[in-house]
Amino acid sequence: MTFAQRALRHKSFVVGGVLVALLLLVALLSFVWTPHPATEIDVPNKLKPPSATYWLGTDSLGRDIVSLLIVGARYSIAVGLIAVGIGITVGVALGLLAAARRGWFEELVMRFSDLTLAFPALLTAIMLTAIYGPGLVTSIVAIGIFNIPEFARITRASANAVWTREFVLAARACGKGRARITFEHVLPNIASVLIVQATIRFAIAILAEAALSYLGLGTQPPMPSWGRMLNEGQSMMYQAPLLAVWPGLAIVLTVLGLNLMGDGLRDLLDPRLARQR
Amino acid sequence: MLDLLPGNAAEVMLGESATREAVAALTHKLGLDRPAWERYTHWMAGLATLDVGDSYSYNAPITQLIAERLVVTVPLALMAMALTTGLALTLGVYAASRHNRFGDVGVMAASQIGIAIPNFWFAILLVLLFAVQLGWFSAGGFPGWTEADGGGLWAGLAALVLPAVSLAVVQAAILARITRSAVLDVQREDFVRTARAKGLSQRAVLWRHVLRNAFVPVLTVMGLQFATLVTGTIVVEQVFSLPGLGRLIFQAISNRDVVLVQNIVMLLAAVVIAINFVVDVLYAVIDPRLKVHAA
Repeated sequence: MTFAQRALRHKSFVVGGVLVALLLLVALLSFVWTPHPATEIDVPNKLKPPSATYWLGTDSLGRDIVSLLIVGARYSIAVGLIAVGIGITVGVALGLLAAARRGWFEELVMRFSDLTLAFPALLTAIMLTAIYGPGLVTSIVAIGIFNIPEFARITRASANAVWTREFVLAARACGKGRARITFEHVLPNIASVLIVQATIRFAIAILAEAALSYLGLGTQPPMPSWGRMLNEGQSMMYQAPLLAVWPGLAIVLTVLGLNLMGDGLRDLLDPRLARQR
Repeated sequence: MLDLLPGNAAEVMLGESATREAVAALTHKLGLDRPAWERYTHWMAGLATLDVGDSYSYNAPITQLIAERLVVTVPLALMAMALTTGLALTLGVYAASRHNRFGDVGVMAASQIGIAIPNFWFAILLVLLFAVQLGWFSAGGFPGWTEADGGGLWAGLAALVLPAVSLAVVQAAILARITRSAVLDVQREDFVRTARAKGLSQRAVLWRHVLRNAFVPVLTVMGLQFATLVTGTIVVEQVFSLPGLGRLIFQAISNRDVVLVQNIVMLLAAVVIAINFVVDVLYAVIDPRLKVHAA
């Protein structure tokens, strides 16, 4: 059975894949179309209930909730992609180098990871915000920094296992250097682990960005953000309770989709794990 | 590490309109013109005597400010952790005992959704239901632990129930999955089969043999979760307007009190490290084989 056939039979992967594909589609759609201009303030139409014109109603400034959610998806994806990108670029490089060189360099990378992991992402973000002020870039950097040790540890552990395999010994016997073995043998063999980890970290990045924006430390106005919509919705809880429900649902569906897809990918890329669970 | 980054706490505190002289004066007052190692050792020495200096914005000792807020944050974190453990162990063991049956699938589906829920959104939903709609709890605030403050023990605990539940449910979703898979793994071991063959009751096998052995991986995750719980507390305190460490850190950020922010963050990071150390010690208590192995 081909990978595609196995993937289509995997329920978690299909449900997660559909949710993630919908999110991507919505985010791309926001570049060409939204039901109403997302940032246009229309005070006479504030706090409208869901209707044919405003599918999920309007907020306290008369902005269309659907349009804000659609454009907000764009920023959530951007934060997730860049933060995971930072983690992969730096973390995987450090992990591969640690596994290839071993010795003091490996120790240094691992102790650096321990140190960074003692500061959860939100604490790092708070510290950076206190120094550089709140904003999208600060939150991306903070979440990205937190991803580095995670990727470094996983890469090192997986790469160390590959370095002990016979085909690596054969490659060394053929005269290949450490760098060539790393790129030609180690990296392709740990790619599946990294792909699964990337989907999980993507979901965590979206949750972290939402938390930061909710606290007013992430995406700043007028950029729409799911986290900040929740904050605004909470202040209107007595007048329009649903305002605090929609952005949360968007976050839950996105994270659920990514987690299900990650679980599915893990089973598909390493069938031994599926049998064990 | 922060010292390697560009910028200066004095510049941040005084804002962009500050004169060069004012920045230089505050830099000297805060001791930022001294070498990083000197400041670090001074700070560590201060930590030993519980005197890490005064807050710029509150004009009060930092340790006193933090101690005042801990009376809210510590009980909240402990309540949340107790709820998490109770809920996760019950659900995890139940799911394992109904492996691949309706109960197991239901718990696993619920936990998958639970993992995806941001705790602050769950907190808002709890406020919507139990404070706005039903009126059973207050939507936020903390009355204090003593009647002199206008509160009392029960009033204080009641104010922490919704925040603790919102923190616990999300954490329990993760821990329940770990518990289920650890219990399933141990149940397949030979010694469990021997215990059953010996005629021990199902309950005795579960408590004496399965749970004790399954608790090692569960404890590892609990230790890691405490870090998430600590940061979760910061966010949830904002949702419920609780006067804890989380609220103090945000007031410090809006007051540009960088030194106070740094001290709170360092304290929270130290708590995370200390909890992980305690978990390491507890391993040997739960599973004496690990102590022998380490020796």
